[in-house]
Order: sequence, then structure tokens, then C-alpha cells
Amino acid sequence: MSEKTTNMKVVEGSYAVAHAVMCCRPDVISAYPITPQTHIVENLSQMVADGDLDSEFLTVDSEFSALSVLIGASACGARSYSSTTSQGLALMYEVLYNVSGMRVPIVMNVANRAVGAPLNIWNDQQDAIGARDVGWIQIYAEDVQEAVDATLQAYKIAEDSGIRTPVMVCMDGFVLTHVYEPVHLLDKELAREFLPDYKPANILDPAHPMTFGAFADPSTFTEFRYQQFEAHQKALVKIEDVAREFEETFGRYYGGLLDGYFLDDAETVIVTLGSVVGTIKDAIDDMRSVGKKVGLLKLRSYRPFPVQALRKALKNANCIAVIEKDVAIGGEAGLVTDLKSAFYNSSIRTPIIGFVAGLGGRDITIKDIRKIVAKAEASRGRIESEFEFLDLRTEIL
Amino acid sequence: MEKSLLAPGHRACAGCAMPTTIRLVLDAAGPNTIVVSPTGCLEVTTTPFPESAWCVPWIHSLFENASAVASGVEVMLKRKGKDTNVVVIGGDGSTFDIGMGSNSGMFERGHKILYVCYDNEAYMNTGVQRSGSTPFCVNTTTTPSGKQSQGNPRPKKDMPAIAVAHKVPYVATASVAYPVDLRKKVKKALQANGPSYIQVNAPCITGWTFNAGTMIELARLAVESGLWPLTEYVDGELVGVKKVRRPKAVQEYLKLQGRYKHLFKGAQGPDLLGKIQAIADANIAKYKLVD
Repeated sequence: MSEKTTNMKVVEGSYAVAHAVMCCRPDVISAYPITPQTHIVENLSQMVADGDLDSEFLTVDSEFSALSVLIGASACGARSYSSTTSQGLALMYEVLYNVSGMRVPIVMNVANRAVGAPLNIWNDQQDAIGARDVGWIQIYAEDVQEAVDATLQAYKIAEDSGIRTPVMVCMDGFVLTHVYEPVHLLDKELAREFLPDYKPANILDPAHPMTFGAFADPSTFTEFRYQQFEAHQKALVKIEDVAREFEETFGRYYGGLLDGYFLDDAETVIVTLGSVVGTIKDAIDDMRSVGKKVGLLKLRSYRPFPVQALRKALKNANCIAVIEKDVAIGGEAGLVTDLKSAFYNSSIRTPIIGFVAGLGGRDITIKDIRKIVAKAEASRGRIESEFEFLDLRTEIL
Repeated sequence: MEKSLLAPGHRACAGCAMPTTIRLVLDAAGPNTIVVSPTGCLEVTTTPFPESAWCVPWIHSLFENASAVASGVEVMLKRKGKDTNVVVIGGDGSTFDIGMGSNSGMFERGHKILYVCYDNEAYMNTGVQRSGSTPFCVNTTTTPSGKQSQGNPRPKKDMPAIAVAHKVPYVATASVAYPVDLRKKVKKALQANGPSYIQVNAPCITGWTFNAGTMIELARLAVESGLWPLTEYVDGELVGVKKVRRPKAVQEYLKLQGRYKHLFKGAQGPDLLGKIQAIADANIAKYKLVD
């Protein structure tokens, strides 16, 4: 282990992330309380109250206002931070588009949670996956350490002059926000070295009056959108570069766009994102011990969606199972649809089957993973079911 | 005369009170000002990319969040030690209705922000639909007069009272027809130790339908009839009222506007005109407009 990373402590996930935010030195923080995000912003408030964090913390009337405040602050040169989840993210929906369209590099932790109705405060990823098209970069964390590290990395990606795109750092609600585990808290000085102060080229300044947020008619609107599209293409490179730079400074690396576990020789590959990765790794260890060639592809960057990297990483698989905690009602689900789309024009003809699991906080167990692997293996001959809800309790339907 | 901070060449209608109002506000505020605007006529007529009529820094984000955006601007300016005016300028739709939550939050948090509402009493940018600011009996496209309707059935929301209830230190009403008064109020508001709110009567030629040359006269009649009292509140106390020497009958004001045309035709007209006169009379009594 690197000497640079000796600061390991058992802390709650929310504290660890708040500590990471402190190391990013945001000028303005604005947030509205919602379970399970609250511990993150409570910790930040305390850090401000104790004088450990020199930030302006605004307690606002809604998530809509929380994110809106940051647009104004960023336009005056602030590094800005917020955190939310579920209904709060849904309430922000209009502002999410506005932030990315105005190219405001806000970083926001999303403590992934189900979206009602029915009301449910527990973890799934419907909230963020549902916001996949709003123009934000989305990075998913497997554990608390990754959420911490991705938060610092996120600012470096977001604020890059060629990218200037907001980033959501997604961490599973409760599973990661409320868990206590050993974490390398970021070193403030190393973080400062890694992430210099934010110095935007254009700000609201009476000495140089500029207009922000003009409207675009049909002769220019497409080009504004295209530039956002292009920024995401650049982010595909930047996310990997930043992960490598982070490794140089902090000694930790677990993939830029994606990561693999026993991927190289795997015949059956599970593709997923978020904290369920830990369970899947345990299941793979068991299956490997009895000679099953099962592997895992963990997606870190869902937006931008790394089509080329996925094609390369999955080219040797002979069946693929996607597990995700979201559903696109009326279609299938976000990740499986995107993955199939990524392969359609390639030479890869591997069967891909999708599983919706872990909705509204339901556990995904090692037994579930084995079941999924068995179904995936069976799909090599003939796909019986292309897409299904795992462990549906048919007795209460 | 010094160059206006709102350049000519914007696309507002001839006879619109809004650009005149904004120019008066900016004259008083001066160049050391950052303006935040919600979506609306002001935004679409002044900033078609790549053009802008704004000679001060200006930002638009959405319809309902101007006060929140301005809060972020103010907080960051304060952090940088800058003493720059932060002024929100928005129409009544964003002020009275969709932006209410954001406005309430900004007022309650006590940001040093001047909020100016140019009040044309309906959603004009989308084609004259009723807002919470639309007065009683006004014909709009969503409260049309008809066989069973006499226009908007509800009175205008009392937004200045809502601002006062937030303990906003400076609250005033003003009119485009009283430029000296408006400029003076803007200067006072910017000296307030906290948020301030000024609501300016700003006739809309498209929604109210009047002869373009009578815009200022119309705004003056609103004041002279008692329907638009010019008031000033400091720390919740009414400290100033523009007196009206001889109040005009409300008909004088209403008859010049297409939005009240139905009141001068139907059988119910006289009764409804009487009710509108009663609103003016109540204002005259409440604010002691006549000595």
C-alpha cells in the first residue's frame, strides 16, 4: 500500500463522501434534505459550522432551488456542490437539463433510491438511470471508497475546459450512504494538488458584461446540443485519464470507464453497476472454485456510455447477463437496452439477457446471482426469456 | 442623457411598458449591477442568441428559479467581497405563480437582492393567459368572457403583502407612468439591508389592447383611479403613499382597454363595473389616497 494512503478509518459512507467534498473546496453548497442523502449534507453543514470547511452553505426551499442556486453561484465563478436522490432528483429534472445546457460544471452525489409511487425510501437506481438523457456525466460507485475517489475525480472531469459538463456521482442509498467501512479519507493537500482552484473563463462581472442563458432558435439550437454531445465524447478519454492521474497521486485505480473481474477468460459475463458488484464478486469466487468461467464487467461511466470499451471488453464472452436496479416501463431497462444497442452494428452476436433486480431495496443474494448465471448459460442455445424481473413474488400479484 | 444599460434594438412590441420600466430600473441601479431574469417576454425580446440588449451582466436560467439563481449570485459575490447590486427582473407569471417557492425562499433567507416585477397582469409571452396577478373581470385567453363568463372571476393576488409578510425590509409598488418615483424607489431598495421587492404596473399592448400612444396615460389612470396605489413599506410599516388629488372613476381607466370591453356591452356590465369601483374605493380608504 502506498504511503500516500495511510489515512484509513472506519466511517459512515456519507461522512466519507462529505469529507471528500470538503477536500474539493466548494465555494457554494446548496441542498434540500431527503432520505438517504441527509447524512451527507448534515456532515457538510457541521464541517462549515466547525470552521473546517470554508463554504457558503445554503438551506433552500426545494431541490429545484438547490440546483438553481448553484447555477447563479457558478456563473460568478463558484465551485459548486449539491447532493440529492429519488424524488429530489426528479424535482430537479428541468434544472438538470439547464445546468448541462449552460455548461455549468456542478458535481452532485446521488444517493440512489427508488422513485414513487408507491413511496419507497430504499435503494435502487431508477432515479439516476431515469435521468440518463439530461446531459450529465454519470459515474457509479461500487463501494464507499470509490464514491469518495469518484467525487474528487468528478470535479476534475467536470471543470475541464473542453468538457464543462456536470457530473453525478451515484452511490447506492443506504447500502453505501449508511454503511460503516474502512476508507482511505482523502488527504487535503494531495487533493489540492490533484484538483486546483476553479477558474472559469467567463463569469458574471460588471467590468465585462456578458449575457448568460440567451435563447437559441432553430438556426443554432442543434449546434448547442452537438457541443454537449461532443463534450461527452471527450469525457470518454478524460474519465480514463483522470482515473490514471488519481492513481499516480493516491495509489488507487479501479477502472476509468469500466472495470473487470475475471473478465479475460470468462465465458459468462455479468454486466452491472453500483454496489451489487460486491455480491457478484463473491458469487463469482464460489463459481470459479468449481471451475465455472464466470466474469464481471462493472460499468463506472454510464454517461457517457463507453461503446468501444464495452465492445472490446466483452468480445470474448459467449453469453451476457445484465443486472440492473431500474426498469424502463413499456420498454426494458436502461443498461440492457444500451448494451444491446452498442453491439448491434458490431460483429459481436453474443446473447444478452436482462434482469431487473433489487428494486425498492430488495436484496440481491449470491443465490440470485447463481440463478442468473444459469439462465445466461442456457441462453447460449436458445434465448427463452430476453428480459425478466428476478424473483418476482407471483403469490402476491 | 447617458447611454441606457438596455440597448435599443430589442424586440419588444411598440407600446410595451416593459422595456421602459427596465431602462428606468437600470438607470437607477447603474452599471455595477448583475441582472437575473426568469423566462418571459423580457428574456425572449432581449436575448435572441447571438444578440443581447443587455449592457450589464445578465443571466437567465428557467421560469421558476430566478430568485434561487440570484441567491447563488449574491452569495458568491459576497464571498468574493464584491459590492455589486443583484437585481431580479421578472414578469408577474414567474413572480406571483410559478416562482413563488423560489421567491419565498430568497425573501426568507434574507439575501440582499432587489426583485422587480414588471406586472402586466397575465402570461403575455405565451398569449395572454390568466395569472395570479390578473385582476377581477379581465378577459384573458384562459378566462375569456362569454355567455356564461365575465372574464377572470378572482381578484388579483396581493403579492406586496406576501413580501411584507416575509419581513422583506423594503417593499413598494410603482408605475411606469411615474419615472421619478420608480427611480427613487429602486435606489432606496438597493440600500435596504436585505431583500427588497418593487412591483411595477407595466401595461401590455398585446394583452390589454390599447392604442400604443396611450400606454403612459393608461398607467397613470391606474394610479389615479385607485386601482394601482403607489405604496412604500419599510420594515413592514407603510411609510409612503402617492396621494391622488381627485380620483378618476375606474371606467376612465377600464374603457381604454380591450381586456375590459365586455363590461361595457353586457347587461351585467354596470354591476361588475360597480364591483371594480368598490375595489378602487377600498384602496382609496385603506391607503388614505385622498387628503
